[in-house]
Amino acid sequence: MIKGAIIGLGKMGISHAAIVGAHPDVEMVAVCDTSSLVLDAFKKFSKVNTYSDYKEMIEKVSLDFVLIATPTRFHYSMVKYAIEKGLHVYCEKPFSLTTLEGEELCRLANSKELVNQVGYHNHFIGTFRELKRLINASVLGEVIHFVGEAYGPVVTKDKGNTWRSKPEEGGGCLYDYSSHVLNLIQEIIGRPVKASGSQLKSIYSKGVEDAVYGTLTLANGVSGLLSVNWSDETYRKMSTSITVIGKNGKIICDATEIKIFLKEPVKKEGLDKGWTTKYITDFAIPVDFYLRGEEYSAQIDHFIGCIKNKKMAVINSFEQGLYTDKVIEMIIADAKKQLING
Amino acid sequence: MDKVLFGDNQFFAVNHASDEKARAQSIRFKEDAAIIKVLDQAIDMGINTLMCTTHDRIANICDHLRANPTRYKNFNIYPCMPYAHKYANAVTELGIMGTIKQYVPGNIFSTFAKGGFAFLNKDFIGLMELLIDAEMKMFKGINTPVVFIQNVLTDMILGLKMYDVFKEYDAYIRKKFNSEPGYITMNMPRLLDALNSVGIENPIICSSINKIGFRMSGGIEIYEKYLREKQFRPIAMQVLAAGALRPKEAIGYLGKFPKIESVLFGASSKEHIQESKELIEANL
Repeated sequence: MIKGAIIGLGKMGISHAAIVGAHPDVEMVAVCDTSSLVLDAFKKFSKVNTYSDYKEMIEKVSLDFVLIATPTRFHYSMVKYAIEKGLHVYCEKPFSLTTLEGEELCRLANSKELVNQVGYHNHFIGTFRELKRLINASVLGEVIHFVGEAYGPVVTKDKGNTWRSKPEEGGGCLYDYSSHVLNLIQEIIGRPVKASGSQLKSIYSKGVEDAVYGTLTLANGVSGLLSVNWSDETYRKMSTSITVIGKNGKIICDATEIKIFLKEPVKKEGLDKGWTTKYITDFAIPVDFYLRGEEYSAQIDHFIGCIKNKKMAVINSFEQGLYTDKVIEMIIADAKKQLING
Repeated sequence: MDKVLFGDNQFFAVNHASDEKARAQSIRFKEDAAIIKVLDQAIDMGINTLMCTTHDRIANICDHLRANPTRYKNFNIYPCMPYAHKYANAVTELGIMGTIKQYVPGNIFSTFAKGGFAFLNKDFIGLMELLIDAEMKMFKGINTPVVFIQNVLTDMILGLKMYDVFKEYDAYIRKKFNSEPGYITMNMPRLLDALNSVGIENPIICSSINKIGFRMSGGIEIYEKYLREKQFRPIAMQVLAAGALRPKEAIGYLGKFPKIESVLFGASSKEHIQESKELIEANL
């Protein structure tokens, strides 16, 4: 059995704890959080060891990996400590608050050959995987333009302060919702090298943005749009989509369906001229245990599989997470420039 | 339980195959009257149970049921709690503590309030009971013979192996509401084993059951084995596998398992409701 522990028991941490706890190859031996209320619930109802100090936990418990799901500002010190102790690390997204720190963590993990993964779960949703496959198979021909979007109802009224209202702690929509979209664009279409026309707009939050808009240009010169808003109550839950436009047509992809329009058929893919719609039922990744979506279990399966087979993560490595942080920095710098100029 | 349980996903923009269809539904069911109209059509076809989330708008539907007691005298609601997105969005924004503060009734910092007392004493079961009471408030005066925990919560407790929470929930629903506790899950075989392990026998379990194994975690084989061999009261949901199956073959498949007591389905057109109801009654 692979032995693991969770650090940070917020929404994502508890969800990970349930998935890790149910994993047939893993023994979840400990959890760590600063809330005594949450720890007491674990003490009372489960058999795992509870800690309020992650260093003490790593010292005292024999572990193969830690999963870190704390607020972003703690990632650097925790990930670094775990790597130095020789543990494989799964870290929630966004990866780091400064790319300097992120680069150091990447180097450390890779030099010690420790499995490292970041929680961009959309790559484990079958439809987005299919989109990547179709783009790689060039069904659209030359790519001309893309649009990456995410909308949802997280902050829908004026609210007081939590860590999410502090930009320096990664609390806004840019680090939260937008990072998912940036990571999808980067891994499916190509890595952005330039941000322009970036707008970080506050709607209800004080101090942080609730919406992010702008243009991204990829290394090959193709540009596209980013449009993200977490204060949009016309959506019941977070809704992420990627549209890619090429010379031979267009693909619109979200977590439930993939709609393909082709000017000319692509026979090797069995795709006709005109519209084809495919649904998640054809692409869902089978899992042993389901909580909130196959993707959450599938990403943990991937991480555990890498540890078991002594392979480095190919999906959502620290390096990929770090690149998303770099694009976030480009957007912040560009938005500042807009403010000064405008 | 009735063989036919009418669901509410179509009313609240839940569509597992298409976000776009979900939005179209949310436009169609903007007014409560549109929901009540479809519900009345279902009732006129002989459907007597609505299985629904504790969504804010269900409170309005409940007001309508209470205002027309003769019309809805024999009508049952199976509440499914909590409405998970409400809490998930709150936890993202406010954290776990903030969410408890927001949803536990009364001032949790006052030792004189029941919530404050439970909170200070870390009386988790007391907090659970307060949250259940808050969710159940909208159903006062309405028949609720079965009360479900939603799959997100069921499966979270299951994964965390906090099985005693099921035991406490089970006891509270029976004692306080004189109702049968039910469980919605995406992990039916594992859940049944867990419930049995804390002495909960023959539970009502609502899970995905369909011919293509969609959302049947661990695989279709073990689901079929449990449906044939184990003792529990299954309700089948997602029988159309988010639209991948046609109703006739989908419901025909359920006929292979005589243990299945009910089918949960949602539809918004009269024809679809009629068709599904007839197929269920013919096959179950």
